[in-house]
Amino acid sequence: MRLLIIEDDRDAADYLVKAFREVGHVADQAPDGEEGLALALEGQYDVLIVDRMLPKLDGLTVIGTLRAKGIETPALILSALGQVDDRVKGLRAGGDDYLPKPYSFAELLARIEVLARRRGGRGEETVYRVGDLELDRLSHSVKRGDDEIVLQPREFRLLEYLMKHSGQVVTRTMLLENVWDYHFDPQTNVIDVHISRLRAKIDKGFAQPLLHTIRGAGYMVRST
Amino acid sequence: MTALGKFFRTTAFKLTLVYTMLFALFGVAILGYFAFNTRRLITEQITQTVDAEITGLSEQHRQGGIRLLVSVIDDRSRRPGSSLYLVSNFAGESLAGNVGSLPHGVLDRPGWAETVYRRLDEQDGADHSALVRVVQMPGGFRLLVGRDLEEREHIYRILIATGRWSIALVVVLGLAGGFFVTRRVLKRIDAMSETSRVIMAGDLGGRLPIAGTGDELDRLAESLNGMLERIEALMRGLKEVSDNIAHDLKTPLTRLRNRSEEALRTAKGEADYRAALETTIEESDKLIRTFNALLMIAQAESGQARDNMVVLDAGDVVRGIGDLYEPLAEEKGLGLRVETDGPAPVRGNRELISQALANLVDNAIKYGRPATEGAPSEIPAEIVVRTRTDGGEVFIEVSDRGTGIPEADRSRVVQRFVRLEQSRSLPGSGLGLSLAAAVARLHSGELKLVDNNPGLTTIIALPRAEPLQSEA
Repeated sequence: MRLLIIEDDRDAADYLVKAFREVGHVADQAPDGEEGLALALEGQYDVLIVDRMLPKLDGLTVIGTLRAKGIETPALILSALGQVDDRVKGLRAGGDDYLPKPYSFAELLARIEVLARRRGGRGEETVYRVGDLELDRLSHSVKRGDDEIVLQPREFRLLEYLMKHSGQVVTRTMLLENVWDYHFDPQTNVIDVHISRLRAKIDKGFAQPLLHTIRGAGYMVRST
Repeated sequence: MTALGKFFRTTAFKLTLVYTMLFALFGVAILGYFAFNTRRLITEQITQTVDAEITGLSEQHRQGGIRLLVSVIDDRSRRPGSSLYLVSNFAGESLAGNVGSLPHGVLDRPGWAETVYRRLDEQDGADHSALVRVVQMPGGFRLLVGRDLEEREHIYRILIATGRWSIALVVVLGLAGGFFVTRRVLKRIDAMSETSRVIMAGDLGGRLPIAGTGDELDRLAESLNGMLERIEALMRGLKEVSDNIAHDLKTPLTRLRNRSEEALRTAKGEADYRAALETTIEESDKLIRTFNALLMIAQAESGQARDNMVVLDAGDVVRGIGDLYEPLAEEKGLGLRVETDGPAPVRGNRELISQALANLVDNAIKYGRPATEGAPSEIPAEIVVRTRTDGGEVFIEVSDRGTGIPEADRSRVVQRFVRLEQSRSLPGSGLGLSLAAAVARLHSGELKLVDNNPGLTTIIALPRAEPLQSEA
């Protein structure tokens, strides 16, 4: 994956470049909005990581300009502001995701991978299949092998999101945002309990578990 | 700025100037009107007298002919006074009267005229002005009767002079009064400015002087003092908060440091180091959470989020959070029941109200276990999350059956970082209730803690909004 990091904090940018390289991605960096915009216009990137506050041209303007020119490269906004309205403003300006600082690298990586695979992903499919698990989005039914699995509406949406991003790490925050539409941090880890309930329904009694916990990051649905 | 310049620039002085000018203008208008009317009145009187005299003289002419008229006129002309008479024949030659010369043509036009004339009995022959009426008599004779206008002009001149003096007086007195008032106001304003400078220099306890007259300056000073009172209270609160924050963040930071140090000292391999680092990250995350919560509280208290409020159903918020926390409650061996009773519209920010409610539910799950665990009880150990509307208010309530909070501690626990003795062993930042209270205040509501007998009920009371227009 090729990434562009537009960030004026040199240390933070270096740290990200190094961390992405360790997991096999290539990342370029730009120290201000103007240079970032120029690079984003000419280069082929899979995802842009844009700091909200930048010298010369702020992050939202950079994204807005790109969108106006018809460039739809997914963009994740990093912001130290982290206030209620900031996320809304960022997404309205054309950003695709929003992460307040300080963030964990695992969280950033999970979100970047989801963004990179959004296009041509399985968003439009009506049936998701992972191993012998099958989720039908039209009839709202779930089957494992030949067994019908009855899920509560919320459990269904949780599994739907996990299966949509099968093979990718999905963090707790991502689940809270996408399944429940909450953007705050519940002090206790409520998501874990939902996951263990779901796991009891889809994995219990089967030899091969499909819903995996990824330590220090989140969860993943995969068959191998 | 010179003292005089400052003086002329004051609002009081400018107002004085405007009022003085206005009064002078009124004076001119009133005196002008008075003078005009007086003049008209005199003119009217003259015309009436002259008309009456002419009627009388015409009567005498009819009875005694021109001879009688001439003799009567002759007689009247000798009397002193301002009356003017003249009888002339068809050729314009004077037969009798006290008018010496008249401008050419006056006698030829019957009717009223204002003209200059000279008196016969005066030697110097100065011009006087008069109001006269000329009538054509039978036989080509003309009779002129009039009055000298000296008197009228005199009165008029007196009025004009009075007017000038009055206006001069108005201006002088007005300016003097303005000067006096301005100086007085300026003195008080200067005193206020002086106090303000003292306050700006750092003495927040200073208050503006109040003269006790109850005038607008006093009212202004009172308002400003009220504002200072509020600012002082806020500053005190802020200081307390930052002191608390400093203290309460030092504890986890110290713990973090100690553990890292310990790991460096005692770790015996990669696994130990890894474990220590993981603990460090966990502790840092907790600190970040605390910071985020503090920021949220600050943001809610600053009122910034007020722009993005919409009308929403509190029932939806309650159902959403109930859904999120129900599995957690069940895992802890508690039931969680959601009760919503009809639409409960409130104007607010869904995200913030949800977060406040999440904190309350989280607390209920943490502290909601019955005090006598395991003992049979007729009351189920259940958490109830409900909305209730009462008049103009919507209540979002969370009730638990735990040990509750003693009444004496209820106002204290809402403050930042306050945690009661019995809860210190459980994880938590001591900010949950503070945040809920701040969110309630942001929505013009309040957070209440009441007894649930046994247990605690926390209530977010919000003003009821106008019901949703459409279901969309």
